[in-house]
Amino acid sequence: MANELLRIENLKTYFYTWAGVVKAVDGVSLKINEGETLGLVGESGSGKSVTALSILGIVPIPGKIIGGKILYRGENLLDKKENEMQKIRGKEIAYIFQDPATSLNPVFNIASQLVEVIRQHQNVTKREALEKAIELLRVVEIPDPEVKIWNYPHQLSGGMKQRMAVARALSCQPNLLLADEPTTALDVTIQAQILDLLKNLKQKLGMAMVLITHDMGVVAGVADRITVLYAGRVCESASTRTIFYNPMHPYTRALLEAVPSLALRREKLKVIPGAIPNLIEPPSGCRFHPRCEYAKEGVCTLKVPELEELEPDHYVACVRAQEIEAKSPLRNESK
Amino acid sequence: MSTTPVLEVKHLVKHFPLTSRGILMKKQVGVVHAVDDISFTVNKGETFGLVGESGCGKTSTARAILYLDPPTSGEIYFEGKEVGEVFKSKDKEAILHLRQKIQYVFQNPYASLDPRMTVADIIMEPLVIHAHVPKEKWHDRLYELLRLVGLEEYHAERYPHEFSGGQRQRICIARALAVEPDLLIADEPVASLDVSVRAQILNLLQELQNKFKITYLYISHDLSTVRHICHRVAVMYLGKFVEIAETDDLFETPLHPYTQALLSSIPIPDPDAKTKRIMLPGEVPSPINPPAGCRFEPRCVLGKEHKCVHAAPELIDVGGGHFVACEGAQKR
Repeated sequence: MANELLRIENLKTYFYTWAGVVKAVDGVSLKINEGETLGLVGESGSGKSVTALSILGIVPIPGKIIGGKILYRGENLLDKKENEMQKIRGKEIAYIFQDPATSLNPVFNIASQLVEVIRQHQNVTKREALEKAIELLRVVEIPDPEVKIWNYPHQLSGGMKQRMAVARALSCQPNLLLADEPTTALDVTIQAQILDLLKNLKQKLGMAMVLITHDMGVVAGVADRITVLYAGRVCESASTRTIFYNPMHPYTRALLEAVPSLALRREKLKVIPGAIPNLIEPPSGCRFHPRCEYAKEGVCTLKVPELEELEPDHYVACVRAQEIEAKSPLRNESK
Repeated sequence: MSTTPVLEVKHLVKHFPLTSRGILMKKQVGVVHAVDDISFTVNKGETFGLVGESGCGKTSTARAILYLDPPTSGEIYFEGKEVGEVFKSKDKEAILHLRQKIQYVFQNPYASLDPRMTVADIIMEPLVIHAHVPKEKWHDRLYELLRLVGLEEYHAERYPHEFSGGQRQRICIARALAVEPDLLIADEPVASLDVSVRAQILNLLQELQNKFKITYLYISHDLSTVRHICHRVAVMYLGKFVEIAETDDLFETPLHPYTQALLSSIPIPDPDAKTKRIMLPGEVPSPINPPAGCRFEPRCVLGKEHKCVHAAPELIDVGGGHFVACEGAQKR
């Protein structure tokens, strides 16, 4: 279980736009063990998707990976040539995009889209590939797969399309699945179905998964470990239980408190003041300091906090994490 | 909270014709049953929630109330007056008055603000149209509104693209409040916002309600925000109400099998939360050809009875203002 599958060290992906350099990912480090689900949590613009796209080397123009290492089973993916990466994409590491309506090709039927991926990576005939594809649809619990496989994406509902996307991602039995907000575009009851499916498949196939989401509720039920991103940097990284019951970074705490709870009805929600910073000129020092209630002039405004292991397997990037711990309002509330 | 009804909707039906293009003429090939016979009242000063999955008719209901899409049939009473009659009378002043008293905040603040107008123009436009405030006070009103929604005075001369999503939604709210409405229809006002900003807007809506006693019709698919902000909630499924109740009542003792499944499928931000998830089989049927009896029958986990397939259940009071449209649920 503890075998390391992927390790990202100090990844920097910048976008060179006419307005300036957008530091979308600026020194992200994380690791994923084999068979583990990592929840990558953050608000929009925090660098979740760009991190995942960087792993596969498909950062869109004008983006560029300008530094860091992405070690997959000890090999740095950033040193690989394009034709070597093509053997990894889809086969070793697969990707599920946020919006199933745009990630499937509208002019090809499902069969040809699945067969294409299977034949790209496996030495099989068309007929065998088609049989495999039908089998895959059965795995993702699509009713009458023999009929549905000849459908075009527009003939399917959102939930069905996302199941097709999952089937395509799983077609070559990847070791790592990058699921980028796989349920954001879906309704709650369908979201529950897809999350359940991903959880079961992960167990059955023993693959590792990175689940990218902004919904703390989604990761709570699925992830083993959570990494919280803010403005292109890692805030906190720990096991799911630790993140929820013993968060040490002020941003993680604020994020947990800002979510309206179903069980508890509070008169007023706790608010994180301000908005997400502009990443062309991010705040000096800690990027969260303008919105942080614990920020200290001359400390947080100047020093860029490093990710430190404050407890075993609990990494926090906050200079004052240990000072403010006693004042945490969440401590009393949690079990 | 008083119980004077501000808005009364009776047997509202909204069907959209489905046409196919012929050589010369359009031919009607069917109807989309967006809203099918719903009735509810919203009382003064309360927040009434309309909840359901996409395509269940929440927004169609709101647009029908405002006569943006005139309803197919049914009556809508706003402060005692029938909205349809007001619009049919072609009495410009009465229509304008009605439009002033009911305001709308749209889902997507990126699409609902004119990119070529400054914030000052956007917020003052309703003042120009309704002219209920003398001209020399427009600027005072503008700055008052900006402060009210938590923006600064210098924001007035900027354009929408210079603002973040949360700030844009504040501008939309300021625009809606400019004419002192009695009823504010908020159509998924926080759906496109980030979690940390969402809380700000929800708090703002609550503050404004306390201050001005505005009535809200709050439309959302997100049950956790509904629980937070609404006093009463109606759950919609495929154009019909399945359950109406006080918020606490609905969340603690949901009676309809659809409400139960909906509540159980919300992911809870607590790794130790052990809830029994009711997995609904299949998907929402097409509103072009909805099931004949109970619309939820094909996905229902309760025992299927003969009458579920053939007769649509009525909303029946089970006590304490809790209405449910399921005979099986009432028995328990």
